[in-house]
Amino acid sequence: MRPTKLSTLACAAAAAAALSLAACGSSGSNSGSSAKPTLTYWASNQGTSLQDDQHVLAPQIAKFTKQTGIKVKVTVIPWTTLLTQITAATVSGKGPDVLNIGNTWSASLQATGAFLPFTSSVMNTIGGSSRFLAGSLSATGAAGQPPTAVPLYSTAYGLYYNKAEFAAAGISAPPATWSEFVTDAKKLTKGGHYGLTLEAGQIPENVHLAFELSQQQGGSFFDSAGKPTFDTPQNVAAVKQMIDFMQTDKIVNPSDAQYSKGTEALTDYATGKSAMVFWQTASGSLAKLGMKASDIGVAPLPLPDPMPAGGKKVTSMVAGINLAIFKDSKNLSAAEQFVKFMTSTPTQESLNHTYGSLPTVQAAYSDPAFNTPAVKTFRSILSTTAAPMPAVAAESQFETAVGTAIIHLYASAATGKTVTNAMIGQALSQAQQQLGG
Amino acid sequence: MVDTIRVEQGVTPSAPSSPPKRRWWRRGSLPYVLLIPAILLELLIHIVPMLAGVGISFLQLTLFYLRNWRAAPFAGFSNYAVAVNFSSATGQALLHSFTVTIIYTLIVLAGAWLFGMAAAVLTQRAFRGRGAVRTLFLIPYALPVFASVITWNFMLQRDTGMVNQLLLSLHLVGSRPFWLIGQDSFWSLVVVQLWRTWPFAFLILTAGLQSIPADLYEAASLDGAGILGQVRHVTLPLIRPVNRVLLLVLFLWTFNDFSVPFTLFGSAPPSQADIISIHIYENSFVSWNFGTGSAMSVLLLLFLLVVTLVYLALGRRGARHA
Repeated sequence: MRPTKLSTLACAAAAAAALSLAACGSSGSNSGSSAKPTLTYWASNQGTSLQDDQHVLAPQIAKFTKQTGIKVKVTVIPWTTLLTQITAATVSGKGPDVLNIGNTWSASLQATGAFLPFTSSVMNTIGGSSRFLAGSLSATGAAGQPPTAVPLYSTAYGLYYNKAEFAAAGISAPPATWSEFVTDAKKLTKGGHYGLTLEAGQIPENVHLAFELSQQQGGSFFDSAGKPTFDTPQNVAAVKQMIDFMQTDKIVNPSDAQYSKGTEALTDYATGKSAMVFWQTASGSLAKLGMKASDIGVAPLPLPDPMPAGGKKVTSMVAGINLAIFKDSKNLSAAEQFVKFMTSTPTQESLNHTYGSLPTVQAAYSDPAFNTPAVKTFRSILSTTAAPMPAVAAESQFETAVGTAIIHLYASAATGKTVTNAMIGQALSQAQQQLGG
Repeated sequence: MVDTIRVEQGVTPSAPSSPPKRRWWRRGSLPYVLLIPAILLELLIHIVPMLAGVGISFLQLTLFYLRNWRAAPFAGFSNYAVAVNFSSATGQALLHSFTVTIIYTLIVLAGAWLFGMAAAVLTQRAFRGRGAVRTLFLIPYALPVFASVITWNFMLQRDTGMVNQLLLSLHLVGSRPFWLIGQDSFWSLVVVQLWRTWPFAFLILTAGLQSIPADLYEAASLDGAGILGQVRHVTLPLIRPVNRVLLLVLFLWTFNDFSVPFTLFGSAPPSQADIISIHIYENSFVSWNFGTGSAMSVLLLLFLLVVTLVYLALGRRGARHA
């Protein structure tokens, strides 16, 4: 073989290999028949597993098909890839007809222009905006623009604790301050059993907790002009507090640094491997995981004592799932019908009851299922100590960049490196650079 | 052979009698006509995406312009400036990832070649069950990447993985090590990639060895060469051309491989095993900054081109001397 031919061939192979990385897209499916369309619906993972969600949604979908003749193909997407898949779909323009989004991404995804704006006429088609709770409706996009999503499930973070384990350790009430929390958790940590469990290898859980703790420190990840301010001392202190649960207080199993599926920490709590977990409304999942209802206790997250200067009494983000319609959908009217169905009072009652989340429409609260102590605790958290995540276009990038940085910090702590404030500051400023800030 | 000649003879006599117009493609254009579909597809599948990638590297293509990327502002060389500014966090991260990838590639390359060569030489002479042994060796290469690497992922879990169970039951370690985060994650990646890659080296080298005539070995052994002597003086010089291509291909594959590290670590790999392909993926598909991601890809392309050209130039000189 002559060297010139070989070199041309090899160079071409090298070039193709290097560039194909950056130049591939994503695909979705779309069907466009006129009479009885089939909608594609991307559901987020709300239950104990993807299969569980399929089982929960199936009867509702069957009901919708019976009412309207419209078939719905449901795909349940795990939280680890949901944002990536949605964004990829916005690029290719080939996405599902209807999809779930994390409500904190609303402003970011609105800015891509990929979703159908719920103008007042679209709102009226699905039953009017006055049906929804005002708080839930506030997290559906940037202020001053028509929302590009409607609220579907409403949730908040709470401190779940195991009542039986607390009683056995002689602890009478859930901790109200962080120092009480660490003391209690240390009492509950012994022989492979831990006081706290964290989904420390997962982006959303990490970034949500960082946001809440930063609020308590008086910090903020964006200034009033929407510019990122990741590496402020307050944010560093918040992340340090998270890492120290594992590193200094040793109340978290180092293995949690690898928990990334979005269900592992909750499973550890439900199966008695750890006594506490910070989680969004989970009564439905906990029952399925076999936890006794009498053992489940819920309280707001603890607060610092004394409160730092400028600190806010925030124990949760305004969490929730929104429902959006892809602008490129060929079945817009069928998609609107489906959104109307999903936000109708009976569907809201049924799905939120099964998942343990809170309905987003006022009318559903007349159902006694939503007057349990746990639901009351979460409603009180949402109305008194919850703050919305920053409603800026760069929000989803912020979640990814900061969430990933915290994953690496937990990994360092788990493998025996000492995570210092300087390391955290550096990681946060590196994350900020990824946003071009 | 006879058949072929007859067929050719059968065609040739009729050729002069046909009018020249109907034989326009006979004047040497037929091969080119037949190549057109391949060239078009090659353009579509390789060249156009490559050029698009180069084009994107000059745009400030972020999340907000993805739906209409023609509206993305022109960025000039600023994406490149960000990527190679090694005093900034992004540049440092890229340099770190590049260094990790080079070290990892060289280790895997050396290991895969050594294992492949040893196994090929050991199975060169016929023995009972040789076919079975060769098949066994090829299994890692034949398994689908995802299925085999996800199994490694399960085995390397800290609390539930088989590797730690084994190490603990043999009392080789006191506490369970992490294999998928921290410093050990680099070695996990090397081992898994090596496990997947060496059968390919084995396959190619086995094929190469079969082209060496047996009488050369006989002659060598008559001259008093042992097994090692035969490998050194007969095998290695004769499979030199095979090695040249094999090492280059292995280098490019390992350097660019995405599936193995991604399946093993997911989209947030530990920094100790931050392989460049995932690093670029993270910058493109996770941070949704395709401009910077593409600039990094183009830099990577230039690097691989330089490596390839230098390697081939050296090989050519070596061949001339030999």
